[in-house]
Amino acid sequence: MKKTFGGPAIVLDRADINTDEIIPAKYLTEVTKEALKPYCLEDLKLEGFDPKGEKLRKSRVVITRENFGCGSSREHAPWVFEVNEIHTVIAESYARIFRQNMFNCGMLAIELPKADIDTLIALDQETKGGVDVEIHLHEQQVIARGNGREKAFSFEISPFDKALVDAGGWVEYADARY
Amino acid sequence: MGQTTAEKIFAAHLRDEPFTGTKVLDLDRVLCHEITTPVAIADLEWRGKDRVYDNTKIKAVIDHVTPAKDSKTALQAKILRDWARRHNIKDFFDVGRNGVCHALFPEKGYIRPGFTAIMGDSHTCTHGAFGAFAAGVGTTDLEVGILKGVCAFREPKTIRVNLTGKLPPGVYAKDVILYVIGQLGVNGATDRVIEFHGPVVEAMSMDARMTLCNMAIEAGGTCGICQPDMVTVDYLWPFIEKEFTSKQAALEEYRRWCADADAGYDKVLDFDVNGLVPQVTYGYKPDCVKAASEMSGTRIDQVYIGTCTNGRIEDLRQAAAVLKGRKIADTLRGIVSPATPKIFQAALDEGIIQIFMDAGFCVTNPTCGACLGMSNGVLAEGEACASTSNRNFNGRMGKGGMVHLMSPSTAAATAITGVITDARTLS
Repeated sequence: MKKTFGGPAIVLDRADINTDEIIPAKYLTEVTKEALKPYCLEDLKLEGFDPKGEKLRKSRVVITRENFGCGSSREHAPWVFEVNEIHTVIAESYARIFRQNMFNCGMLAIELPKADIDTLIALDQETKGGVDVEIHLHEQQVIARGNGREKAFSFEISPFDKALVDAGGWVEYADARY
Repeated sequence: MGQTTAEKIFAAHLRDEPFTGTKVLDLDRVLCHEITTPVAIADLEWRGKDRVYDNTKIKAVIDHVTPAKDSKTALQAKILRDWARRHNIKDFFDVGRNGVCHALFPEKGYIRPGFTAIMGDSHTCTHGAFGAFAAGVGTTDLEVGILKGVCAFREPKTIRVNLTGKLPPGVYAKDVILYVIGQLGVNGATDRVIEFHGPVVEAMSMDARMTLCNMAIEAGGTCGICQPDMVTVDYLWPFIEKEFTSKQAALEEYRRWCADADAGYDKVLDFDVNGLVPQVTYGYKPDCVKAASEMSGTRIDQVYIGTCTNGRIEDLRQAAAVLKGRKIADTLRGIVSPATPKIFQAALDEGIIQIFMDAGFCVTNPTCGACLGMSNGVLAEGEACASTSNRNFNGRMGKGGMVHLMSPSTAAATAITGVITDARTLS
């Protein structure tokens, strides 16, 4: 099923956030995606971040640093975002498997240069966490709004990744083609 | 220009290139375990597509939590077991015959030079030790692999790591790979294959090469690859002797997967191991690496020897050589988990299990268990573990626990003293 993108953003200002932090292994004994919902980012230790807080619950976009989603291949990491309606991650870079898993689920792992992430994080600080993000997939544009200010960023997405998002994921794409 | 090993394998397995740079490959192996496969199975059922592309190419094992520790893990095992039976997947390994996937599948001869393999497990990169392209993937890639026998990858770029010199006594493949990760960083090889070359690799056994390739993912690498040679052929010979007239003939066939001398690399790194010393991690990232001697004296609560990195027979021999005739410190627990039943049996036959037990170790059945904090040795908050595994992430072996990665030899020495210890300093 095709996803919707954008919405209120949460900033996780640290590089190398791994999939154990996104969803600890002890929850990998669940056999449905929905069961993961309460445990999103449970083991992430970050100043000012509360995995059980209102802020995360209301967020639809994650903004973060380099090498996001490193470590374990567990697709439970994108799934825990999916069931919490976070369909968009914007980062400086990703671990390969996490990035592929996001697109395979028909979700977005957008890469922006460090300078753009710095700007987004500065806007988040100025607005005390009030950044709202709009995604224009086919224009390849991210628009961030907060406190009456607006910033636009363009991003690259490969035609294959775009095809996966349009198809609703890799199973749909592969099933129609192979 | 010539080709790298990964480029050769990609060219030979190319099914489709829907967009420039996106390569859809035919798969020789789709490997499955009970943690990441059940959701794929459930989704295939929900879609009315509960089929498998080739039940001889799919191999499955229950390894992460086994025997089941509770109702949930029992259900995961049951879903995999029922599915394997339903589709007549002969190479399915249940309790009693099961072991850690990346030790068990190579031991069964399932991985050959030039093969493509995927698994819903990031340490699938281990199998590149055979000159194969093997990549960890998520459950959706696994699901498509099961159904269609294909997987999509970006055009591979390769980092060539030349390991020169000779490993000093007491320094092992684990120390080499920890050092290399320390140099590359945790995302130094993202979207890259790491090809290992040089006399150090040539002198390594398959066990050691698997240790080397196992941790490629810890630098972000898609796969670690060693060049197939006579060591590879010797290891595989019981499985391939009917396919070839001689070992030499097998070697000639497999050599075509070796990188060309004029292959193009993203980066070439040279490491001389002559002066290398035992390595240990500090902190919560696998690239936080120091000499064991710099960490000496760090208090440890548990020593864990096993896993897909270092649970093979050579690893157990290495640890036993240090432990023989000694007792572990009464301030810590020692746990050893031979990675497969065959390894367990060999360790029994060689008297290694006796050495571990005499030293005061708990010997567990083959399982991934404690490495990812699921069972068989989870840490309590504030505890530290000296582990031969591959990840030291915060909370990895239990919430609030600290993990120091090291070789089996260093782990054994640490077990004796109760604090991180370079085995070469034990009298």
